[in-house]
Amino acid sequence: MSNQLPIHEGLFTWPSTKPQLLGSRCVNCAETAFPAQPDCRNCGSRETNIVELGDRGTLWTWTIQTFMPKAPYHSDETAETFKPYGVGYVEMPGGVRVESRLLPSKPDELKIGMPMQLDIIPFRTNHTGDQIMTFRFSPVAEA
Amino acid sequence: MDVAIIGIGLHRFGRSPEMSGMQQGASAVRAALADAGLSWADMQFAYGGSQDAGNADALVNELGLTGLQFTNIWNGCATGGSSLHAAYSAIKSGEYDVGVVVGFDKHPRGAFNPKPADWGIDEWYGETGMMLTTQFFALKTQRYMHEHGITEESLIRVSEKAFKNGSLTPTAWRQQALSYDEIANSAMISDPLRKYMFCSPAEGGAALIICNADKAHLYSSKPLFLKTAAVRTRHYGSFEVFAPSQAMTVADASTVTASKAAFEQAGIGPEDIDVMQLQDTDSGTEIIHMAENGFCEHGEQEKLLREGATGINGSMPINTDGGCLANGEPVGASGLRQVYEICVQLRGEGGARQVPNNPKVGYTHVYGAPGLSGVNIISK
Repeated sequence: MSNQLPIHEGLFTWPSTKPQLLGSRCVNCAETAFPAQPDCRNCGSRETNIVELGDRGTLWTWTIQTFMPKAPYHSDETAETFKPYGVGYVEMPGGVRVESRLLPSKPDELKIGMPMQLDIIPFRTNHTGDQIMTFRFSPVAEA
Repeated sequence: MDVAIIGIGLHRFGRSPEMSGMQQGASAVRAALADAGLSWADMQFAYGGSQDAGNADALVNELGLTGLQFTNIWNGCATGGSSLHAAYSAIKSGEYDVGVVVGFDKHPRGAFNPKPADWGIDEWYGETGMMLTTQFFALKTQRYMHEHGITEESLIRVSEKAFKNGSLTPTAWRQQALSYDEIANSAMISDPLRKYMFCSPAEGGAALIICNADKAHLYSSKPLFLKTAAVRTRHYGSFEVFAPSQAMTVADASTVTASKAAFEQAGIGPEDIDVMQLQDTDSGTEIIHMAENGFCEHGEQEKLLREGATGINGSMPINTDGGCLANGEPVGASGLRQVYEICVQLRGEGGARQVPNNPKVGYTHVYGAPGLSGVNIISK
């Protein structure tokens, strides 16, 4: 069975049944960064802690990537199989706006202010057959 | 010590398949020297930059090994602004009397594909398809339209004006005017920005001969004066390119701080500017930059564009040569092309695109990744 490996360590809790995005918060000024970083870009402090940013947020802005990016884009797609994808900034309760791929890929499916939820999804397969996982947001499903 | 611009040179933007980028830079320097009536051997210093066409100081292989101080500058799309600022400071300090600023480039076709590591970002950001300048400008424009009531009509009008001006500019790459409907019906690239709302990576060169203003009349009968050159980088909280996250705090963009610094140093205000160049990587960004540079209030652009205020005969002519949209963007040269065009306008040499009523003060603004802006104010 293939493993599911995060595309980069420390972006989100993984493996997990309820994954959360991870960031860092400054001990000195309390500002939050994503991805986590050991120093603070607001006040320059070297003291930051890793914090969970949550798994839900609000869409702050969005666009749709209609053409396949050149390298360093690295998915399993080819020019023939490429599908447009949404990109946006999602305002997180943890106190930062995170840029993310979005599930919707059509303008009428996206609206600033809509509630979004975090998904951890397989993005590509590596040479040993492991699934490389990344984060993405999708609209909160109606209850 | 005041600073004068006594020579301007351009190697036409677009595609020059028979020439390297560096040759296009040398071509621009030769044109600027000829304009000033000087020779390469007269140059005491040079600042130059290029993204994809080699180290600027290798230009001495083409122009002559005269032993001058030649410093390479690299600041993303704002390279031209930073190079000119360096030359401005070199004259201001009194160390040198005359020198050259040059920018050139030659990019492959298609969108830029920056490497995350060059910008202090981990590889996943580029691998998952978020490190695109086109995307950022779309994201910023989308939010701006939402906050300030700007509609697609304004985006179309900016492009319509750009290609109209390009059609009047013999050196422009895109010389065909496009109708409102052609722009409105062009393919959606990155919502809300369509194909004819984006500039393309291109080729070209631009150069300026800069000198101590006290000696300008020795060289030129038509010197212009570089009143100020200001470069600022982003603050915490400004919404800028190549950012995996944005702070909740909202701060002024680097354009706002560079513009304010430039006006303060020059002792004038936006109302004193007769003709301007604002970075138009895309039509949304030109709209945002109108307000960020202090030329109008946020949201006022919709009305100004409908009235034609930014056209050649309008009250605030912007990008009279068609800007980046009609000239393309050779990164190293683009910021200096802006200054070249303002000089053409202040000299009254704009021909079919000349701004009427003898413009006396011009303004340039260039923006580059990962969030810096360079502003110049030039006067007769």
